[in-house]
Amino acid sequence: MIDVEELSIAFGDVQALSDVNLTVERGELVGLVGPNGAGKSTLLGTINGLLEPTAGRVTVDGDDVTELSARALARQVATVPQETSLSFAFPVRDVVAMGRTPYRSRFERVSRTDREHADRAMKRTDVARFADRSIDAVSGGERQRVVVARALCQDPDALLLDEPTASLDIDHQVRILSLAREFVAEGRAALCAIHDLSLAARFCDRLVLVADGQLLAAGTPESVLAEEHVEHAFGTEATVTSHPVTGTPDVTVTERQSDRDAHVHVLGGGHTAARAIAALATAGFSISAGVLPDGDRALDAARAHDIETVTAAPFAPVSRAARQEVTESVRTADCVVLAGTDETNHALAEHARRLVVVREVAGEAIAGERTTDIETARVTDIGELVAGVEARLDGEPRRLETPADD
Amino acid sequence: MDLRLPRITLAAVVGFALGASGTVMQGFFRNPMADPSIIGVSTGAATGAVAWIVLPIATPFALGLQGAAFAGALIAAFGVYLIATEGGRTPVATLLLAGVAVQTFLGAIISYLLINAGESLERVTYWLMGHLHNAGWDDVMTTLPVALVVFAVLVAYTRDLNVLLLGENEAHSLGIEVERSKRILLALSSVLTAGAVAVSGVIGFVGLVVPHVMRLLVGPDHRILLPTSALAGSVFLVAADTLARSGPAELPVGIVTAAVGAPFFLYLLRRREVHAL
Repeated sequence: MIDVEELSIAFGDVQALSDVNLTVERGELVGLVGPNGAGKSTLLGTINGLLEPTAGRVTVDGDDVTELSARALARQVATVPQETSLSFAFPVRDVVAMGRTPYRSRFERVSRTDREHADRAMKRTDVARFADRSIDAVSGGERQRVVVARALCQDPDALLLDEPTASLDIDHQVRILSLAREFVAEGRAALCAIHDLSLAARFCDRLVLVADGQLLAAGTPESVLAEEHVEHAFGTEATVTSHPVTGTPDVTVTERQSDRDAHVHVLGGGHTAARAIAALATAGFSISAGVLPDGDRALDAARAHDIETVTAAPFAPVSRAARQEVTESVRTADCVVLAGTDETNHALAEHARRLVVVREVAGEAIAGERTTDIETARVTDIGELVAGVEARLDGEPRRLETPADD
Repeated sequence: MDLRLPRITLAAVVGFALGASGTVMQGFFRNPMADPSIIGVSTGAATGAVAWIVLPIATPFALGLQGAAFAGALIAAFGVYLIATEGGRTPVATLLLAGVAVQTFLGAIISYLLINAGESLERVTYWLMGHLHNAGWDDVMTTLPVALVVFAVLVAYTRDLNVLLLGENEAHSLGIEVERSKRILLALSSVLTAGAVAVSGVIGFVGLVVPHVMRLLVGPDHRILLPTSALAGSVFLVAADTLARSGPAELPVGIVTAAVGAPFFLYLLRRREVHAL
């Protein structure tokens, strides 16, 4: 059904996926697992035609997705994103009915078939009860079920789910994954990116493990979740046992390698921040970033690596909530990387416990030098950043004054 | 009657166009502050008109004042679009920023022309404030067909607009050719605004306030919101123009729409009725 052949994707000089091969057959729910920034979202984005492969190709039912129109592809593949920006007052029923978009011509009214599809989808996902409520007035779990209903209403042969359960409570997680199971039981295919390895093992027929943009293992949950695979992919010590209730593999992370345990917050936007995020993500740090305006380059990099960000609308002043969220993130981060030159980011950097300042221009002084009370390492080349952060984390007193190569 | 009727009709047509394009722009940008002028259409029209009045050069193709305004509007909008487009993609945020920058730049040109306006300063100022006072049937005859045709096509795109509210990635996965729809919506609403601004000058606030008020009344579904806002724009502008000419000295209608519209908008804002799309 879904065939991914020798797929590679690069964003500028960041290689997001290299040489990935993957097949999802009808009747199969395949789980896509791997650490943040491994390339899971990128892979899903390529299958639904959002991203163009740099090399290789993706076919759905034999058709190359880059050659299909958005409309034709939307009849075959539906996507359930991680979260939806549904902040307006459409009734739930209308949001679900939007799933019929690829079937209606521009001038057609809502037909009876459309309505039947929407009703059936709402019944299956148990959202029919609140079909007339406004979408901005339902809870997170309910909202995600509405999005699943919309995808089912699209009547696709393949369903892509991008960490659909990431922000849900355990009850809703199980409900969403059960819906995906019912979907494939009808002879259709589903590919689901999922964080929780034990949950993935419990619901998926097969698992595909990606790390660093490469396919590490594929096969039954038991074979993929072998301890050495998990340890390699996540850089952790892992213990895999059999779950006492479900009998499926249960992964427990016992101890992480100290150098990858750290939370790094990246302040600032633009090209430098984008590269810093990519470098740190590849090195396996747990990263947060923000405040980034919509459309910022660094935001794209953060999304490509599945990184938590605080975002703001362009033009709008940064809201107090967003500022508080970032300040908190900066305070708790083991290390803060300052990649911006503006006042706001400098002020935020004052809260940092450890600070690394990145300047890509040779010999450029730090504007204002406002962070005197914090011991600061300076990096003038992105290549040195990971080493710089690690040095800072070790608490070594050495100051990094690496001259720029470029 | 021969004076009033074309004027009332033109007010209705211009209000219709501004209401409709304001609705499209707010939906398109998913930004409650968007209005028809956001991508430089109005400033472009103003530049064209002011240049035509002030500069002693003959316009090519024997364009009249309105032709110059119309051309200026479209050139500005197309310029903003080109600046914001890279590799076939036009990110909405870039478009917004490019629009602001181009408006500022054109504002500088207008100011420069105004300094050198001399005797025509009064005429220029009057044009810039938005006016309907010397409307004739020929204005109606050029604007009305444009408004109706563009509106008809926009109605065909209301479902795309609804789906685009979900965000571009989701719209794509629901089968919308996102970049193509964006191009078409942008072009249509630019032509619609340009057609209105060319005959009436810059009449502010209609395109911003009317869609917000209508969204409160009929909800966010563009299939209903677009025609409602267009009609409400008509009614609002006809009423404002009636008010504008009922006083002892006639006012440019732009002053009335802004003076009435802005406080009303602030009232809605304080009541927290208007906060998002």
